Amino acid sequence: MAQSSITNRYQLLIIGGSAGSLEVLVQLLPALNKNLKLAIVVVMHRKAGESVLVDVLSGKTTWPVKEAEEKQNIESGNVYLAPSDYHLLFEKNKTFSLDFSEKVHYSRPSIDVSFESVAEAYGAAVIAVLLSGANADGAAGLNLIRNAGGVAIVQDPSEASVAYMPQQAIDNFQVDYIADTKTIIDIINRLATD
Amino acid sequence: MIKDAEVDILLNDLLELYGYDFADYAKASLKRRINRLLTIDNFPSFAELRYRIKNDDAYLKRFVEEITVNVTEMFRDPSFYLALRTTVLPVLATYPLIRVWLAGCSTGEEVYSLAIILHEANLLHKSLLYATDINPDVLEKAKQGIFPLAQMKQYSENYILSGGKNDFSSYYTTRYDRAKFDTQLKTKMVFATHNLVSDRSFNEFQLILCRNVMIYFEKQLQDRVLHLFDQSLEPLGFIALGAKETMRFSSVASSYKQVTKEKIWRKAV
Repeated sequence: MAQSSITNRYQLLIIGGSAGSLEVLVQLLPALNKNLKLAIVVVMHRKAGESVLVDVLSGKTTWPVKEAEEKQNIESGNVYLAPSDYHLLFEKNKTFSLDFSEKVHYSRPSIDVSFESVAEAYGAAVIAVLLSGANADGAAGLNLIRNAGGVAIVQDPSEASVAYMPQQAIDNFQVDYIADTKTIIDIINRLATD
Repeated sequence: MIKDAEVDILLNDLLELYGYDFADYAKASLKRRINRLLTIDNFPSFAELRYRIKNDDAYLKRFVEEITVNVTEMFRDPSFYLALRTTVLPVLATYPLIRVWLAGCSTGEEVYSLAIILHEANLLHKSLLYATDINPDVLEKAKQGIFPLAQMKQYSENYILSGGKNDFSSYYTTRYDRAKFDTQLKTKMVFATHNLVSDRSFNEFQLILCRNVMIYFEKQLQDRVLHLFDQSLEPLGFIALGAKETMRFSSVASSYKQVTKEKIWRKAV
């Protein structure tokens, strides 16, 4: 806290998840340090038209939780949720774009689409977490984030309710951390406060 | 992966050679679409893609069609169509002739959806649906009114949620894996190419529907297009946008009132 004049290198935390990831999110969000200078973006597979997720997550954290709007400025201290049935993209001027193109890995929003886009727009300023899920979405995108200098964290498949998604990332690409929920929280708090 | 500077070169080619102006399209999506084409059409390099666009008219058409997103559905967001039925159609019913513009209609799924609800309100006979898009090829598909049979289950569910009372399958006949929509629905449709970036207003309407088109535009272009719609809309007419789009920040916003919690605005007198 004494180093308030020094900007942390990390500006954005992006979390991708599918089946079994909500239970991790509701533990993770309230456990993050309140004064982290991060914008948090959550890309979760959800049904078209589903809209209760904002309420569910809002009840768990003091950070404001909102659905990402197109052209909206991405600001630290907020949790943005990818809206259902759109892909969420990032512009270089630090705003969101939405896109209703083909599903990727049978999913819209697709985690790969957002991860690839955030790697382009934010480069090394990204911390990315890939959680539980029954789908290969997210693994390739996580690798692009890592190649751009960001940090790639994967939920330990042995802890994940559905191991397939984190396992895909581990089997096919290099990652920086394989960790359980508690350790993921510690890593984020440490990285974003250093 | 293509570089930002290369995207700019391509966009400049498209403008100089063909008059297509994509400069004010949102960059993230545009770049992703171009990268996707590089991959699926197996271009070894940017230079080869550029050469092909400059020298092959057929490929140019494909390129423009692919970088502009053409994914659409029938009765997408059923609650929106329900609001059209309950809030907008009763007003339109009072006009002797109902003129509707569906801007950026792509392959036409929404045009047929609208024709169905107008038909069910007994208004189709006195309606004209002007359906426009930048891509001539998608308009050809829209004219045919033939959609993949595999989608019909989803569309039928959407239709029922939108307040539809009929058997959805009564609107089409099936052949192999395709569903061909009743040609009666087409009798009031007019298809034409129209580029929202460069073309002008061409008529006055009581309803303009433009859903999930402006999400691909940058702010200034969104505002220009809303001005174009404003010029093309009669007083007391309606503008309908996509679920994540808004008129709120536009410079014409003060003359409009949102009439339901769906994205439907009405113009003041």
